[in-house]
Amino acid sequence: MDAAIIGIGMTTIEKNKIACNYADLAWEAVNKALADASITIDDIDNVITTSSDFWDGRTISCMAVGDACALRHKNCSAVEGDGTFGAAYGLSRTLSGDYKTTLVTAHSKGSESISSIITNAAFDPIYERSLGLDMISASAIQAKQYMNVTGTTSEQLALVSCKNHKNAKDNPYAQLPMDITVNDVLNSEMIAEPLHKLDCSPVSDGCCAIIIANADFVKKVKAKPVWIKGVAFCSDAYFMGDRDLTKTIALENAAKKAYVMAGITNPENEIDIAEIYDAFTYQELMWIEGLGLAEYGNAGKLLEKGIFNRDGKLPVNPSGGLLSGHPVIAAGLYRIAEIVLQIREEAGARQVNAKRGIAHGVNGICGQSHCVWILDKEK
Amino acid sequence: MGNIFYGIEPSVYKSQINVPYQWWAGETASKFFMVLRDDKKILGKQCPRCGKVYCPPKKTCPSCFTETNSWKEVGPKGKLISYTIVLRQLAALQKKVPVAFGLICIDGADNAMLHYIGDVDVNNITIGMEVEAVFADDRNATINAISHFKPLT
Ligand SMILES: [Zn+2]
Repeated sequence: MDAAIIGIGMTTIEKNKIACNYADLAWEAVNKALADASITIDDIDNVITTSSDFWDGRTISCMAVGDACALRHKNCSAVEGDGTFGAAYGLSRTLSGDYKTTLVTAHSKGSESISSIITNAAFDPIYERSLGLDMISASAIQAKQYMNVTGTTSEQLALVSCKNHKNAKDNPYAQLPMDITVNDVLNSEMIAEPLHKLDCSPVSDGCCAIIIANADFVKKVKAKPVWIKGVAFCSDAYFMGDRDLTKTIALENAAKKAYVMAGITNPENEIDIAEIYDAFTYQELMWIEGLGLAEYGNAGKLLEKGIFNRDGKLPVNPSGGLLSGHPVIAAGLYRIAEIVLQIREEAGARQVNAKRGIAHGVNGICGQSHCVWILDKEK
Repeated sequence: MGNIFYGIEPSVYKSQINVPYQWWAGETASKFFMVLRDDKKILGKQCPRCGKVYCPPKKTCPSCFTETNSWKEVGPKGKLISYTIVLRQLAALQKKVPVAFGLICIDGADNAMLHYIGDVDVNNITIGMEVEAVFADDRNATINAISHFKPLT
């Protein structure tokens, strides 16, 4: 594919970035991304902002960060959903030939509202919303069924939490670096069976920005490009009850398409690193399987063997993942930025040996839709 | 607050968005709710193409982009596909914890419905158990015309 990521910028992910509003967050992330690419805002010819009106508490929330992205008198469009989807739109614009550089931002400040009420509003108002489900209780239903069908255990879920919080200790952007044990997870508050507090990602504040450039522009700048080899996304049915929640058909479809684009036939051996949307511990395992990086129902066992540790055969979420900081909407774009740093060998103490990696984003309840990015050191 | 504000007073604007909505339920859900309320019967709707029966009923089949066309009485029994017991008083909850939510496949339907599981010690809930709809005494034409599903074992 004739496009690369030439710059990334992240704010630290925190529980409450009290001294920043949305635009302040974007200002920081955008300027970091421009500096990273060694270009100026004048080199950017179009902008995609990614946000959610409900999380931001304003309609047309995409415009809230407009000044910080210099979108005045520029072509700007917006995506509501995870940042990976915003970036996919940005990529298609770059590839259209009409643009040379696309700036993509994704922001949210979970600290400013109440996540349970916002995620409850994702449910159908006619059939479901009044029951009072939210993202945690709905995910707990999926977790219970997935564990029942695959035999995945609470201890295996807890290990995901231990691994990711430990990884976060070497990530200066992470919110929750911690040394914890399986027992710490199992003894933490049971929020909604089978999900303990430490099985759930926190609600966080943060903004991430990336710059996508076409191959011609890449040649003209000093930036170290990370090449985009495959991007695909796919959705499942909207209602939880219309899906088999133990299966990841949408993710499997997206992954297969992305692998074909990237010329990958054996992802388990050809992928060096994955940053996966671990909003909950069980989801990391489900998505690993959906991405074809483990047999169905086997991710928990591979995790126990250390395969997904930072020093394992296939490091998963060496950044600490969403469990260590979850700015909703921005979370998937952070996954892309982390893979970019890893491939450029600029990931500091969390660096792994990686030439090719996956960044994964999710949108909707219980993984309704998935976006898969394959990034590579080589064009 | 430390010195992050560099001598300015932290100004936080507290507000809320409270917008009344009136969502038309659509003809399919309206009929489903009406029959729940008036006849204490559960209806599903069948897709002519794949033959699947949906309960809660859908106007269009999520599998084959086809309009469902025939109503079928289903339930009132069903099978518990999965569930959770919520123990934290999450802000969206309408009831006091513990609250048990279930995903129920109504007998005769091919999809599943989200609802409460009640009339049971929550520790005795298991996946696969048989449950039955309990209708609310005071029913209106909403999903709450069903009060909850109770286990039969
Ligand atoms: Zn059908």
